Amino acid sequence: MRKIQILGTGCPKCLQLARNAEAAAQRLGAEVEIEKIEDVNRILKFGVMLTPALVVDGEVKSAGRVLTPEEILALLR
Amino acid sequence: MEFWKREGKKIAYFVAAFLGLYYLPLGHGRLAHSFVEALQLVKWYAREHVLLCLIPAFFIAGAISVFISQASVIKYLGARANKFLAYGVASVSGSILAVCSCTVLPLFAGIYRMGAGLGPATAFLYSGPAINVLAVILTARVLGLKLGVARAVGAILFSVVIGLGMQLIFRAEKNPAAAGPAETPEPQTGRPLWQNAVYFALLVGILVFANWAPGAGPGIWRGLYALKWWLTGGFALGLAAVLVLWLGVKFWQVLLISLPPVLLSWLWPQQPLAAFVAAVVGLSVLTSLQPGEAGEWFRSTWDFAKQILPLLLLGVLIAGVLLGRPGEEGLIPGQWVSALVGGNSLGSNFFAAFAGAFMYFATLTEVPILQGLIGHGMGQGPALALLLAGPALSLPNMLVIRSVMGTKKTAVYVMLVVVMATLSGYLFGALF
Repeated sequence: MRKIQILGTGCPKCLQLARNAEAAAQRLGAEVEIEKIEDVNRILKFGVMLTPALVVDGEVKSAGRVLTPEEILALLR
Repeated sequence: MEFWKREGKKIAYFVAAFLGLYYLPLGHGRLAHSFVEALQLVKWYAREHVLLCLIPAFFIAGAISVFISQASVIKYLGARANKFLAYGVASVSGSILAVCSCTVLPLFAGIYRMGAGLGPATAFLYSGPAINVLAVILTARVLGLKLGVARAVGAILFSVVIGLGMQLIFRAEKNPAAAGPAETPEPQTGRPLWQNAVYFALLVGILVFANWAPGAGPGIWRGLYALKWWLTGGFALGLAAVLVLWLGVKFWQVLLISLPPVLLSWLWPQQPLAAFVAAVVGLSVLTSLQPGEAGEWFRSTWDFAKQILPLLLLGVLIAGVLLGRPGEEGLIPGQWVSALVGGNSLGSNFFAAFAGAFMYFATLTEVPILQGLIGHGMGQGPALALLLAGPALSLPNMLVIRSVMGTKKTAVYVMLVVVMATLSGYLFGALF
């Protein structure tokens, strides 16, 4: 199963990114687990300073930007 | 029992609402007056600060978050960065990196663990929330230019002092940079620096001259006032050129949205606001329909407005109920305010700094609250002390900071912030 993690302390941009990720997961069809990580210390473990960040299968794909559902879909494919 | 579990909460709400209505203190002039005051204050904000000040400020904040590559700034705060430079960058970069207050804590933690270390990290943590463009612009506009400038300069200067202080106190401890270098996203290929500079200068020019007050300054000040709308219009023309040349908007589209403001200012020159509103609406519609950077500019502008305006409205209402407009009384008697934070004694400054450090202010709400306090006799010094300590610290974010760097360092940091804010407030109050 694919796994998406959203790193962010809960600001509107992070929530937007989470919504976009959900939309992308739905369009993909396959099952995707989405996890939101709000704890600063856990965010740091990914080596991320700029939130919101998107992690796909343990790999940081973007930081400091809200990706569109299309962009996230492209990352999942 | 089952019934109470299911309905108990609702019954409690009903009882509370009934009691509230039963004892509604309508007869007391003070309560009714304070609600009227709150509405008056909101009206004043809506009339004086939204169109000419907040809206251009949101466009500037949006432009900063889209057009300035954050990665290129963070480069200077990395583990291998020049220490001297790191302090400088940390103290001023809040204006670019902290436009959204929720990004401050992850950045602080990142600079501490993976980057330039404790000193620059605490410098950034202190100055970041205080010098974001929206905060500085609104402070200068509502509380006066002097306090606005003092806030920005004070935050930058004292952030370096606090950063160096932290580094010095904890110099024996090793930098926990073991977390490994930060994963910095590839800087997007941006436009040349000078183009960004021109673009931002044009936006700032519009903001500054649209708000130019007559004032009692030297002759040139009044001369500029007479020309303010011509200058604002000139900067707007420059912005139109930037849209076409650098942001890829089609010439005929820009021409189309320029027509209403030009016509309005020609037909109705005594009402410059009409042309200004037409220009803002045109720019919003145009950019929102563009693909690419221009569209992103509008979206992030809208994101800021959506996020900040409701909180600000709430803050203004609360400040209005509690404190009223300057010269009017709200629920809190004015004597209390002037007794606690009036004048410029060390005690007043300390109290303001201490209260500010623990209190939580939503973005920008410190401004209406301070306005109310100043209207009731708070001194300029304590006002600055609260402005410096307030947005930088609050009880909730102290807890996060503690989870990042431990209890001892957090306690020292809070102490340094309170002491520095007290001193700078005292100094400011004594000098001005």
